[in-house]
Amino acid sequence: MKAAVIVFPGSNCDRDVQVGLRQSMGSEPLMVWHRDAHFAQVDLIVVPGGFSYGDYLRSGALASLSPVMGEVKARADKGVPVLGICNGFQVLTECGLLLGVLMRNAGLKFVCRDVYLQVETTDSVFTGAYGKDAVIRIPIGHHDGNFFADENTLKRLRDEDCIAFRYVNADGSRGNGANPNGSLDDIAGILNDKRNVLGLMPHPERLSDPSLGGNDGRLMFDGLVQALG
Amino acid sequence: MKAKIHVTLKSGVLDPQGKAVEQALGSLGFAGVSGVRQGKYIELDLDETDRAKAQANVEKMCEKLLANTVIENYSIDFAET
Repeated sequence: MKAAVIVFPGSNCDRDVQVGLRQSMGSEPLMVWHRDAHFAQVDLIVVPGGFSYGDYLRSGALASLSPVMGEVKARADKGVPVLGICNGFQVLTECGLLLGVLMRNAGLKFVCRDVYLQVETTDSVFTGAYGKDAVIRIPIGHHDGNFFADENTLKRLRDEDCIAFRYVNADGSRGNGANPNGSLDDIAGILNDKRNVLGLMPHPERLSDPSLGGNDGRLMFDGLVQALG
Repeated sequence: MKAKIHVTLKSGVLDPQGKAVEQALGSLGFAGVSGVRQGKYIELDLDETDRAKAQANVEKMCEKLLANTVIENYSIDFAET
């Protein structure tokens, strides 16, 4: 598998993703600067976390218009898998690859802690390695992770099995403070209708090695390598 | 001319920042304040002299960048500079 990691001014999880991918792939991912609209063909594109363009105007808004994102959109439309993590998720909603929007956390605070997620669908290259309804522990660190969409969009996401992860408690139950940011329907991550684009607020790369205190994130990268060869 | 653009959250979209401001006003002793909504104000100077063209152009700017129309509305006013 060949992978590319997009790097914006203000990205700060690009190298963590690089390490996570390297570990699962056994080779080096391509790091692509935001001005480079041309880069080698790859099997996976990752838009990493951070504060691209300083979150100016809205999180992800300016990054979504950068030269490289035009190319990412074109490739996503052709079916290339695209993974957006945290700020990457915000960028993907701003550029229209994913539905909805990430608003300021309901509690207005930056939240940085481990959360539990339920894997809501295994029908994607990103989630195929997890068991259906598996509960995994992954860290979050964000100020704008409060997913919102109108009623029709939410219905569409549910009906088309596009909700990939929900915030839950350790035992898999919902409510009781499991949702860290007020996200609609406890949504932590969603897929597009073609299932080749995933955006999620939690950071799988931050728990992808036992020395980091957990390994639940690694399965996403291992699964991608398995699915994409 | 100058374009003055207000970007506000659509009604029905929760505004936790507005809520927090409302509570803070209450705790300062300003009674009878409700419905606080926080938005953005953007000013820009245009070379365009035709009002209708300027209106159409700024609307495009709002749709493409200045507002996220999933959750935000915008309104545009013009002033001669």
